[in-house]
Amino acid sequence: MRRIIILIIMSFFLSKGVYAGSEGQEELSKKKDAPVKDCFEGINRGIFAFNQGLDAVVFEPLAAGYKMLPSPVRKGTSNALSNISTLITIPNNLLQGDFDIAGKNTLRLLINSTIGILGLFDPASSLGFDDYEREDFGQTFGKWGIGEGCYLVLPVLGPSTLRDTLGIVTANVGGDPWHNLTVRNDTHYFSDFDYYASKVTDGIDFRAKNFDAINNLEKNSMDFYASVKSLYLQDRHRKILNADTTVETQDDSDWEEIENE
Amino acid sequence: MKKINKYFFIITLSFIFFENSFATQPYLFVQQTADEASEALNKRLSREDKMKKLMIIAKKTVDIKGIGFYSLGKHRKGLGEEEKKEYIEIFEQYFLKSFSSRLAEYTDPKIRVDSQKVLNEKYTMVSSVLLATKEKPEIKIDWRVITKNPDKPLIIDVIIEGVSLAKVQREEFNSIIQNKDGDINALLLNLKEFISKD
Repeated sequence: MRRIIILIIMSFFLSKGVYAGSEGQEELSKKKDAPVKDCFEGINRGIFAFNQGLDAVVFEPLAAGYKMLPSPVRKGTSNALSNISTLITIPNNLLQGDFDIAGKNTLRLLINSTIGILGLFDPASSLGFDDYEREDFGQTFGKWGIGEGCYLVLPVLGPSTLRDTLGIVTANVGGDPWHNLTVRNDTHYFSDFDYYASKVTDGIDFRAKNFDAINNLEKNSMDFYASVKSLYLQDRHRKILNADTTVETQDDSDWEEIENE
Repeated sequence: MKKINKYFFIITLSFIFFENSFATQPYLFVQQTADEASEALNKRLSREDKMKKLMIIAKKTVDIKGIGFYSLGKHRKGLGEEEKKEYIEIFEQYFLKSFSSRLAEYTDPKIRVDSQKVLNEKYTMVSSVLLATKEKPEIKIDWRVITKNPDKPLIIDVIIEGVSLAKVQREEFNSIIQNKDGDINALLLNLKEFISKD
C-alpha cells in the first residue's frame, strides 16, 4: 500500500504528456527541449557531494582495482551483467511496442544463458543479435510521453529524474524479473545477495569503463554538478528516442539565434 | 551580342563550378582535423607539448567565438560590446586550455569519418566513429560544422554518443551565472580561475 501511495504522489509531480505511441515519439523528437527543472537543487547538490565522497572512498578505488583484472574476467563480468539486464529490457521492449526487438532479446537471453554459460560469453552477438540496447521503465514512461518532472540526485544511485525514479520504483514493485527472482520471491535458487551484488558490480563495471572520462570531466569542470546533470539528461533523451543519428536529437534553433545576432 | 551573352554565361557558370569544386567538403575537413589531432597525440611528446599542438589545431579549425556566445545562452543578450569583447578574450583562453587538457589524456585515437548530412546552408553534421580498442568500445562522434564560408568550414560542436559538449558547457555556464543571481562576473571569475590553475 505504501508503495502505491508513493507511486501516486510521484505521478503528480511529473508533468503530464498528452501524446502516446508512435505519434508521441514523433512529437517528442520534434519539440524544443524544455529545460528540466532542478526543483530541489540545494538538496541535490548535497547528495551529489555525498556521492562524490562515496565515489572517492569506495567506487573509484574499486573500479581502479577492477581495471587491473585480466581482460577476459572483466569481459565475462560485463557480459553476465548485460545478460541479467536483458530480463528487465524485454518487458520494456514490449511496453514500448517494440515486439520484434523483444523477440530478438528473448533469443539473445536464451542463447547467452545456455550456450554462453549463464551469460559469461556472448555467442548471441556472433549469431547476429549484436545490437542490444538496455531499456528500463524510465525510458518506457518517456516513450509514453510522460515528462521528466524534476531533476533528482539519488544517494548512491546518482543522477535521475522523478520519472526515472518512478521507473526504479516500478522495477522494485514487480516490474523487474531479476528483482522478483532474487529479492521478492523465495525461489531457493537465488538470494537478496545475488541482486545487490549484481547491482554493485554493475556500478563498478560502469565506473571502470568510464574511469578516465569521469575523472577528466571532474578535473575540467567549473561546476561538475551542472555538467553531470546535462550529460545525464541529454543521454536519457537520446535513449528514449532510440535515435540512430544525432540530427534527430539535436535542436538547431539555438545555433540559429547566434547566427541572427 | 547574343553570342557575347552566351560566352559570358558560360564563363560565369565555369567560375561558379570552379569555386564550388574547391570548396572544402565538411567530411574531408573533419577527417583531416581528426587525423591531425591524432598525430599530435600519437607523438611521444610531453603533455605540455601535446596541449600546445592541440591548441594550434583548435585555433584554425574551431569557431571559438561562436561556441563562446552559444555557451552564454540567454545571458549574452544583456551584454554590451565591451563586455562581449572581454568575455570572448577570456573564453578563448579558457576554451583552448579546457579543450587541449581534455584531449591530451588520449593516446593515438583513430577516427573514421563515415558520412555527412547537410542541415541547411550554414550547418552540416559529420558522422564519425572513434574506433574501438582492446580496452574501449567504439564511440560515435558527430561534428557540427559551420559552413557559412564554404572555403573555411569550422567546428562548432562535438556530439559524443548523442551528448552535445557545447550544450554541456552552456548548461554549466548558466548554472554558475544563475547561482549568483544572474551576475556574469561570477562566470568571468570562474573562467579566470580555471585559466590560472595548474
